Amino acid sequence: MTDPAWINTALSSARPQAVAALLRYFRNLDTAEEAFQEACLRALRTWPEKGPPRDPAAWLIFVGRNSGIDAARRQSKQAPLPAEELVSDLEDAEADIAERLDGQHYRDDILRLLFICCHPDLPATQQVALALRIVSGLSVKQIARAFLVGESAMEQRITRAKARIANADVPFEAPGPAERSERVAAVLAMVYLVFNEGYSAGATEIANRAPLCEEAIRLARLLLRLFQTEPEVMGLTALLLLQHARAAARFNAEGELVLMEDQDRTLWNKALIDEGLALIDKAMRHRRPGPYQIQSAIAALHARAARPEDTDWAEIDLLYSVLESMTPSPVVTLNRAVAFAKLRGPEAALKLIEPLAPKLSGYFHFFGVRGGLLMQLGRTDEAREAFDRAIALANTAAEAAHIRMHLDRLSVPSPAAKPKAKAPSRQLH
Amino acid sequence: MLYAILCYNNEDVVCAWSKEQDDEVMARLQVVTGKLRDQGRLGPVARLMPTTAATTLRKTKDEPLIIDGPFAETKEQFLGFYVVDCETLDDAVAVAKDLAEANPGGGSYELRPIGAFFPGKEAA
Repeated sequence: MTDPAWINTALSSARPQAVAALLRYFRNLDTAEEAFQEACLRALRTWPEKGPPRDPAAWLIFVGRNSGIDAARRQSKQAPLPAEELVSDLEDAEADIAERLDGQHYRDDILRLLFICCHPDLPATQQVALALRIVSGLSVKQIARAFLVGESAMEQRITRAKARIANADVPFEAPGPAERSERVAAVLAMVYLVFNEGYSAGATEIANRAPLCEEAIRLARLLLRLFQTEPEVMGLTALLLLQHARAAARFNAEGELVLMEDQDRTLWNKALIDEGLALIDKAMRHRRPGPYQIQSAIAALHARAARPEDTDWAEIDLLYSVLESMTPSPVVTLNRAVAFAKLRGPEAALKLIEPLAPKLSGYFHFFGVRGGLLMQLGRTDEAREAFDRAIALANTAAEAAHIRMHLDRLSVPSPAAKPKAKAPSRQLH
Repeated sequence: MLYAILCYNNEDVVCAWSKEQDDEVMARLQVVTGKLRDQGRLGPVARLMPTTAATTLRKTKDEPLIIDGPFAETKEQFLGFYVVDCETLDDAVAVAKDLAEANPGGGSYELRPIGAFFPGKEAA
């Protein structure tokens, strides 16, 4: 533990629990963060000499709490005294520290922290930024880079989010059961959003954005520890693990997207896939299906197929139809179209997605899938038109390049060898 | 005598390792196990997935109870084991010390003599 890298790992894995407990003491995000920073600095000084404490989180909470109290005392000479209840909350030092760190507290503390970051008053972009800053401990610079915005803009976004929370007068007590499940759903959505921010990055941005996928998985694992028996939390974690397992195969050496059926499956991470499959099995046993479980079950069918032709498209189509009924959305139907085409042909798939046109007229993947299906049907001109629209709507350079590859195939007439047509789809990358 | 060297650590910390850190630790551990293998002393070795992937079947008077996760919640979780042939406890302690050096940080090893050993079929 004398190696700084190990100390940093210990500090960052203790962070959610420690910051959450410090928030309980100080009831102020900034103070809690500062106290945690101070505790980390002391850890870096003392741990290399004395060795790691048995429970790093408990150590950090204890030291952070004392340093926060010191800071409050110093400030009190310049500013009005802190509120009475705040001080009295701080006085009962060491005595029950061990007990305070017990399971129930741990759970409530971290939940409170997550609920604050995912407060309904905050727009999704602020929720994500705040969670990455406060819970994951990424630097403002790292978050700014991941979201392709300037550092000062990100700093502002986080400051604004904190101000909003302060103004909203967020209750520090855990919410009741009904509100709680709503808030948990918001946290799951935030974690999935963090993951997708990393997952939808192009190859050139992947170095800056891939850490988002790993952070999302860490957050999902944290949630899973809090909700060990909640099948949707298992489903979400499984979904992230199964998708992340394909990371090494998703781009070729030129930085172009590789469709799932062209990916080198030996590059898939077997350990992540196995863990994802184990979690789905556990989730299914509860017989309380939900959208994350269904999506992870679809990802699992892909992961279980040793070769693309082994993919169980009928089951995937069925799962999509279940997902459609649970969370009706044109995007879900669009994703279903790929399985639909495999089972019933491109004509049927095209019919399935035609009605979506008005709703998805600004959506890259709609035109990508549509172009792919038209290409399979040999309707070249229409396919080219759809691909042109897709390129205009592409979110990343890699997406545009991928569509351009299809266009190139269209423009080279090769009557003898019909180009192998594929329907591009985000779902299948 | 065969010893089971049971590894306990905080799985939050282990799961937070970067791929590079993980690879580094695994490479160092393989040096230790490689030596034992060369001496013909190494039995089965397993690294377990986090307890969040676990399911527990609790025996009851009636129908067994199936619950998510490990039965007991602890700060350090059972994350893997080595089976090693050791003449004495000192030998087992020496192996555990080597493992600890290869895998620094928190956690502990429990050195448990094996009562009966059934090698079973080699898993894939």
